[in-house]
Amino acid sequence: MALVARGSRRDMEVHSFHPVVPILVPLFAIFLQVYVPLRFPSFTLLNLPLLIVIYFAVSRRSPVTGTLIGLVIGLIQDAMTHLPLGINGIIDCVIGYMAASIGIRVDVDNPGTRLIMGFTFILFASVLHVVILSRLLGMGETWLWAHELIRAGVNAVVGVVLFALLDRLRRRE
Amino acid sequence: MESFLSRYRNPLVLLAVVLAQMLGLAVQVRRPATGTDGHQTRLVRYWVVSLISPFERAFLHTGHGISNTWTGYLDLRHVRQQNQQLQAELNRMQLEQASLAENARQDMRLQKLFAFQQKYVSKTVAAHVIGTSGTDLSRVLYIDKGSSSGIRTDMPVITPDGVVGKTRDVFAHTAQVLEINDPTSGLGVILSKTRLRGILRGNTAGQTRIVDVLPDEHIQPGEQVITSGGDQIYPRGLPVGTVERTVSDPDRNPYVAIVVRPAVNLSRLDAVLIVTQTTTAMPAQAQHDLATSEQKAADILSERLPGAAAPPILAPGEKSDDQGIPAAPPHLPDALHPDRFTPGDTPTASNLTPGAAYPKQKSAPPAATSEAAAATSPAATSPAASTPATTTPARRTNSRHTPSTPARSTQETGH
Repeated sequence: MALVARGSRRDMEVHSFHPVVPILVPLFAIFLQVYVPLRFPSFTLLNLPLLIVIYFAVSRRSPVTGTLIGLVIGLIQDAMTHLPLGINGIIDCVIGYMAASIGIRVDVDNPGTRLIMGFTFILFASVLHVVILSRLLGMGETWLWAHELIRAGVNAVVGVVLFALLDRLRRRE
Repeated sequence: MESFLSRYRNPLVLLAVVLAQMLGLAVQVRRPATGTDGHQTRLVRYWVVSLISPFERAFLHTGHGISNTWTGYLDLRHVRQQNQQLQAELNRMQLEQASLAENARQDMRLQKLFAFQQKYVSKTVAAHVIGTSGTDLSRVLYIDKGSSSGIRTDMPVITPDGVVGKTRDVFAHTAQVLEINDPTSGLGVILSKTRLRGILRGNTAGQTRIVDVLPDEHIQPGEQVITSGGDQIYPRGLPVGTVERTVSDPDRNPYVAIVVRPAVNLSRLDAVLIVTQTTTAMPAQAQHDLATSEQKAADILSERLPGAAAPPILAPGEKSDDQGIPAAPPHLPDALHPDRFTPGDTPTASNLTPGAAYPKQKSAPPAATSEAAAATSPAATSPAASTPATTTPARRTNSRHTPSTPARSTQETGH
């Protein structure tokens, strides 16, 4: 992971997007997340909305913004399930905050960094899921190491490709 | 204080947002489980579903439109339409068959003890599946029919293969369907052979299991699992799946869980039926279909097996075989060459007079074949037939009393 020198230009650089992009891209990701599993059931292994949260949080490099992006996208994810609202909201908030905090200190444009970052965050999100479901809601949730590692790996790889595509939508200030 | 807030602004915002959501979770979990959400939660879901579902519906209908245009109009215009009608009829017949077969078995066993009325599926609404929850933790589907089509909460959702789940949150043009393999789902089921009742639940891995079952060696893989009707949601007798295996439940010793393979492929659903109405009387269409099916089955049976008789109606106390068909005694084929030893031709004792001649047999073969039959019949060469003292008077008596049977007369004169 390439650390950025203090005071460098990249350290202060904030990527901005067309105002429509932060609205349409998360909605499109959520649409794909709920529609594609009808044809490809294994698609539920991916967590596209969370990857979008990570990307925008890292790009904005503001923990508050990352938290709020995670809040909105997480609640929308929750609304599509039948579970109580707030499960994905909490997870995406925490991940958004952490991603933005890391984005301040680390060169997150590097594909290797993105791969490691995506793997770690998705795995951490799974841990949070289990904790919230089993400890807060009392639902019997089991932890399957192999499944969660595969899930994190697949999401990390998809995240690298997805982030590269989303880079084309940003404009530098 | 101001410096503290400005210094820890970011973590404080995160903490506030997370705490607020945890409080929200606590409120939602604390509310009694009624199967649906509270007003506020429902409002949020309504907004989100209203935002997402139009795109899902548009995608689905566009895809179907293109597909139907190509395959239905240009390529196979008439064949496809006819196939759809036949498929619909077949689907309906499968449902009725499953329901009626189970009804027959159950009613015969528990006719006297049956206290509640049977429910029949009388009206269904077809719907397309337009979306999912997008996560394995919540196994729900979205369909393109809602309250405007008569859909209400807790209505059974089925396919011709079996049970899918039940409706949960219902919106104007969309409804959420909770699948039977969701951990929060519950379904009253019964095993078709062992008659074991239980509750089918899902788990986080997407398996369906009948939980809290005492070990029973009679439970075998492959046994059919059907709805019991005890949950007051699903009509009795709908196929749910088949027993896959029995696994121990370490948390609930000595109980075991029966893993059930769903009859419906829950991960690949395109269209479903929502049962909007059930009746206690068998629908007229079903009665008509049943009568037609029975007649057709009898015709087919008589064509293929001329000697086979229709299975007798099961009387109380009679046993039946595994398929629920009454255990009828074996039916002997009709004799090619009837004689006085042929079953059914022997007169009853009350018709016999001591010392009198043996009465004439009821069945008479054609005259042309009687000659040959008489020549080759074991009766003709038997000691009884060759004894003049007993046979000759009998022939005379018979020919005198039944002059209108030329076949027998010819046979007798031949002797």
